[in-house]
Amino acid sequence: MSALLVALGAAVGAPVRFLVAQWLPGLRATLLVNVVGSAVLGLLVHPAASTAALVGTGFCGALTTFSAFAVEVAQTRRWGYVASTAALCLAATALSRCVAG
Amino acid sequence: MTDPDAAPRLTLPLVLVAAGGVGGSLTRYGLVEAYPHLVTTLVINVVGAFLLGVLVARHPAGHWSRPLLGTGFLGGFTTMSALAVQTVTSDLAAAVGYLVASLVLGVAAALAGLRA
Repeated sequence: MSALLVALGAAVGAPVRFLVAQWLPGLRATLLVNVVGSAVLGLLVHPAASTAALVGTGFCGALTTFSAFAVEVAQTRRWGYVASTAALCLAATALSRCVAG
Repeated sequence: MTDPDAAPRLTLPLVLVAAGGVGGSLTRYGLVEAYPHLVTTLVINVVGAFLLGVLVARHPAGHWSRPLLGTGFLGGFTTMSALAVQTVTSDLAAAVGYLVASLVLGVAAALAGLRA
């Protein structure tokens, strides 16, 4: 059951990330999906197992990406991008956890 | 949308991205269920960064493998949201070690993949 929910969440999250990259040029697309996905996952403080699988592991896991981030850093050597990704993703997570209580 | 061909042109890549994303996410889910530890996510992210480097170096952006295996499978396999939440919810020493190790090893793996 959980695996099916993970698959459903991922079937939405990965295409959304792809579409954002079509409309937003450069590194900003990856930064945006990573910050938004971190914020949404931060809201799930004590989620039901089904919510954790569908929204957390599935949607947020597939919406965000570490591999594209790492390859973009390796290609561009933009160290400010590393710092802003880390700072904004952590801040978004911490903030949404506060909001969710 | 100003480009009337945009929707049909995006349909195949969207299907490939969704299929790859489901495969990659289920693989990550299975590994984290089997080995529920920070190191599992770290290994997933570093391995995924290396493999995406290899893929990007070998296949141009228009090749079918890029949406299926790159944006889809490896994008779904690796995760930034779990990294962020695990960092925020760990004690300070573990959080710093996990974050720094992920960033340094991830970028090093991507560089190695691009040159492999």
